[in-house]
Amino acid sequence: MAEFSVDRFVDLYAQRTSGMSASEVRALFAVASRPEVVSLAGGMPYVQALPDQDILDVVAQVLDEHGSMALQYGGGQGHPALRERLLMLMQAEGLQADPEDMVITTGAQQGLDLVAKIFVDPGDEVVVEAPAYVGALSAFSAYEPRYLQVDVDDDGMIVEHLEELLLRGARPKFVYTVPNFGNPAGVTMSMERRERLVALCREAGVPILEDNPYGMLRFEGEALPCLRSMDPDNVIYLGTVSKVFSPGVRVGWALAEQSVTQRLILAKEAADLCGSSFNMLVTERYFAGDRWRANLASLVDVYRSRRDTMLEALTEHFPQGSTWTHPSGGFYVWVTLPGYVDSQAMLAAAVERRVAYVPGTAFYPDGRGKDKMRLAFCYPPKDRIREGIARLGSLLSDEDQLYRSLHP
Amino acid sequence: MKVAVLAGGRTPERDVSLRSGHRIVTALASLAHDAYLLDPGEVPLAEALQKQEPDICYLALHGKEGEDGTVQRLLDLLGIAYTGTAAFECEIAFDKVLAKDALARAGVRTPPWVAIEGWALRDLGAGAALGKAVERVGLPCVVKPSRSGSALGVGTVEREVDLAAAVMAALSFSGAAVVEAKIEGSEVAAGLLGTPPEALPLVEIVPKNGVYDYAARYTAGATEYFAPARVSEEVAAASVAQALMSVSALGLRDVTRVDMIVDGSGLPWVLEVNVSPGMTETSLLPMAAQASGRSLAQLCEQVLESALSR
Repeated sequence: MAEFSVDRFVDLYAQRTSGMSASEVRALFAVASRPEVVSLAGGMPYVQALPDQDILDVVAQVLDEHGSMALQYGGGQGHPALRERLLMLMQAEGLQADPEDMVITTGAQQGLDLVAKIFVDPGDEVVVEAPAYVGALSAFSAYEPRYLQVDVDDDGMIVEHLEELLLRGARPKFVYTVPNFGNPAGVTMSMERRERLVALCREAGVPILEDNPYGMLRFEGEALPCLRSMDPDNVIYLGTVSKVFSPGVRVGWALAEQSVTQRLILAKEAADLCGSSFNMLVTERYFAGDRWRANLASLVDVYRSRRDTMLEALTEHFPQGSTWTHPSGGFYVWVTLPGYVDSQAMLAAAVERRVAYVPGTAFYPDGRGKDKMRLAFCYPPKDRIREGIARLGSLLSDEDQLYRSLHP
Repeated sequence: MKVAVLAGGRTPERDVSLRSGHRIVTALASLAHDAYLLDPGEVPLAEALQKQEPDICYLALHGKEGEDGTVQRLLDLLGIAYTGTAAFECEIAFDKVLAKDALARAGVRTPPWVAIEGWALRDLGAGAALGKAVERVGLPCVVKPSRSGSALGVGTVEREVDLAAAVMAALSFSGAAVVEAKIEGSEVAAGLLGTPPEALPLVEIVPKNGVYDYAARYTAGATEYFAPARVSEEVAAASVAQALMSVSALGLRDVTRVDMIVDGSGLPWVLEVNVSPGMTETSLLPMAAQASGRSLAQLCEQVLESALSR
């Protein structure tokens, strides 16, 4: 008798990896990425809109002017010229900062990991929005927190619920929020809620982790101030060029008060020594001129019209009993389906009909979200968006018929 | 020998199939075969095969199209030899509604079941008869898509009120669902190899969280395996007998896997048969082969020999 060990190290792995496993949804996404499938699943920026020549220019400039520097290690905090340059990007959102308070990270995603790394011990409480960005949940989960979830509505995180949690004795290490056009819900935190959240967290001595990848992708209305600008000492801000330039360069940053910044630099150096010098310099050059503004404006136009197309198609094709958010920026529409729909189970049938979405359960650490789905309008062209929503609409009406027949 | 290993495809088991396929290619290449991977999800299959003219196709496709007779019929048309079961028998074996019936008729012990067709629900008001399903098979029961693999869309139902949702979930993967009595016991799998079929040592499956679902199957370490299974000689012999009866009843050939549960009294129950058993690093058939002293390459070679002996 032999015990077959398909993984001979299985008893040696750290407990924190126990949540990392194969999943049905991943299996379905392997099919969903095929060209015949309209994928409303992935939040991929439409990088095709970037003018090739602009990119060739900045890459040539970097190699020409800073060739040896671009191919060398850099400091853990990130290239000083890039940090200076990114100040301007933050100023465009009304945020003043000091380059000494910044750490360049490998996308904002690494910022999420590093912040959790320096704050969270196993069992510590962390507040997340419900629903929350799935990548943040993955990053935090490696540090084994206990999640406290605060629901969102059309005005973002329901801060009163957070207040109740704190009153009942919750002592979270930080409160994580995507206040602008959040992923997946697409909603934006109102001014009143921002003020309340900032005051509440300051009073309770709980730092806020503000993740703002979509802030500059506003389709209409006035921008609201960043939480960071409302309380620079108590807010750790994460920014990224992924949505306004390219996710391929993997350039993000964390902005925090000095003591946090110093720890983040050490954590960053421990993780990967430094970011990619080449990519940092390319990014710096891209934002050096003014062309990024025009490029971004035309990108926002593309996203706005795709959002409009998706909302129109939803009205036309989705059955009674479904509701959805109306984002004024970002990438996502968040749909609430009739209560009997299990969007995770339905994904197989959707892929069979050549359309894909992300089931809502991905965005809740506690298994909620079966009747939700996230639809991304950022990547497919408008005719594909219309086609995809029509396919989903017809599937939902078949599900409705099936449900009725099962409950005569 | 020039061997096209067909793997990938467009089903939810695409990734699993590619993992199987790559391992088979490596194994066959180590025996000096001219083996290569051919993914019908990437290239037009008929055209590619006509151009390449392989001596034989090794079928490592999982799920619909690969296991339901579709690819087999195309290969018959092209006149290219292939490993595994023939088209018609594949069609029966892959469809649990048909296969369970065929097994039961041949006297194979398979858990009591009822079949629920999606269109019967939609057009014939079959929902009104759902309560009968629970009467017939009892609780807890297992609801499975009729035509799917890797435990995708499979749910266990403890309470009658949850049956409708489980049926809906299964119907997401297939046009019909099978509601089957849940037999408690040890899960074992029998690998059957060659012509006539030889039973490999039984593999016992012990999922750490109690359910052998998709994650338990394909996450290394999520399940413990024992080969040979930790059962008495009598139970092993009875299980092999059930497996051989299944293979003979359904006309399966070259390589198959029969999944069973041995209940508390030592009786083996056949849950399903697989005409294209997984060959990944966490798959059962390669473990069974290893327990019999065969390498993966020897296992693949024997499958080829069996197919070429026709």
